[in-house]
Amino acid sequence: MNAFADSAATAAGLIVHADPVLVRTMALSFAVSGAACAIAAVFGLFAGAWLAATRFRGRRVMLWALDTMLALPSVVVGLVVYLLLSRSGPLGSWGILFTPVAMVIAQTILVLPVIAALARQVVAGALRDGGEQLRSFGAGPLACALLMLLHERWAVLTLLLIAFGRAIAEVGAVMIVGGNIDGVTRVMTTSIALETSKGDLPLALALGVVLLAVVALLNGLIALLPREAGGERAEAS
Amino acid sequence: MATTDALIEIADASVNFGGVAAVQGASLAIRRGEFVAVVGPNGSGKTTLLRLLHGVVAHSGLRIVQAGGEPQAMVFQRPFLLRLSARDNLRLALWLAARRWPAQERRARIDAALRKVGLWPLRERAARSLSGGEQQRLALARAWALGPAVLFLDEPTASLDPSAKKEVESVLAAFAAEGTTLVMSTHNLGQAKRLATRVVFMDEGRIALDLPTADFFARSGRDARADRFLAGDLPWSLD
Repeated sequence: MNAFADSAATAAGLIVHADPVLVRTMALSFAVSGAACAIAAVFGLFAGAWLAATRFRGRRVMLWALDTMLALPSVVVGLVVYLLLSRSGPLGSWGILFTPVAMVIAQTILVLPVIAALARQVVAGALRDGGEQLRSFGAGPLACALLMLLHERWAVLTLLLIAFGRAIAEVGAVMIVGGNIDGVTRVMTTSIALETSKGDLPLALALGVVLLAVVALLNGLIALLPREAGGERAEAS
Repeated sequence: MATTDALIEIADASVNFGGVAAVQGASLAIRRGEFVAVVGPNGSGKTTLLRLLHGVVAHSGLRIVQAGGEPQAMVFQRPFLLRLSARDNLRLALWLAARRWPAQERRARIDAALRKVGLWPLRERAARSLSGGEQQRLALARAWALGPAVLFLDEPTASLDPSAKKEVESVLAAFAAEGTTLVMSTHNLGQAKRLATRVVFMDEGRIALDLPTADFFARSGRDARADRFLAGDLPWSLD
């Protein structure tokens, strides 16, 4: 129990005193994961909408592969990106290994399938309800699907939060491609791993509590955003 | 095709869903200014016939739209409204339909459509927060704003209470009065009698009867299945 009590006290102290190392580490965590989610959102939402709207040979195989990618281990992603970006790798000349850019690339690959698969489900459900109505106005399949992303914008926001949660909580990929360099590529999860390996379990746990608290605050703020005035009636009654 | 004044005509057209024939060998011509009610028991193919006429379902046989392709619109039984304001739903429909009207005319049409169905005061309200009757009237306004020569209506009052039903019927009567051609599927024979100029009776995926409204209800030319339908032995309602 002492370890938990010490962790709570340490976490409170870090937050109250706005520890500069903590703030810097947290800022990098949010910047890397935020950038990865933003890039993955552009491609993932479009891919999800496209997969929901179109029918083509091999689509089922593609969906099966996409669903499988949901379980993609972050260390595997880290390893693949490391091999691509290492000096002897095909993209070694870019010289971005052990930089935040490499971390963004790894996390983008990690969350892209999450966004695409969930967006496909959201759009497919909406198309079942209203796709024919939109097509009757003359909209093509892809235009219908993209409009459904607008229609289901709150569900889309939720899936982006899920993707962000996956990105900011992962440690395997950023550790491998970032190298956990203090002041350069150290993020919250790699800090936690480092403190754990050093045996400072209360500090490691405290950092985890701080990370969770900040993400909870972000989710809370998004939940407070004004939605549709007057509620919603699902169907004519 | 024999008919020359038809806006839309189908001949020996069939629609199959996974091996099930929803519409079989249907031939029908929709002429300008008509108000056609498509009636029949549950599962008789009314909705599929409308979708076939509107051209949103794959079919065999012929479907001919008058040269010039005058615009059509369809209002579905459960109106699908985007999570936007009432007015933005109309804006988007016009944008999707790619009507080549100047922005000012577009705005005027949207405003006129909202006034026509009595939703002008609610124009900025979230469309999906409107009552069932208001949502259906908004769907009618959206369809009307597109300036359709033919408007298809799939049981537009099926899930509405009597007062909302009356509101929607008065909007439909106004559309008909100004010359819009209407094709409506309905379970409600009273509605067909009140509004339509012609009744098409569907039975087991086939067009069993196609008569002027007065003739249909006066029994002239009706067949045994239609008699059973009107007698209530097949599912229907009259209110």
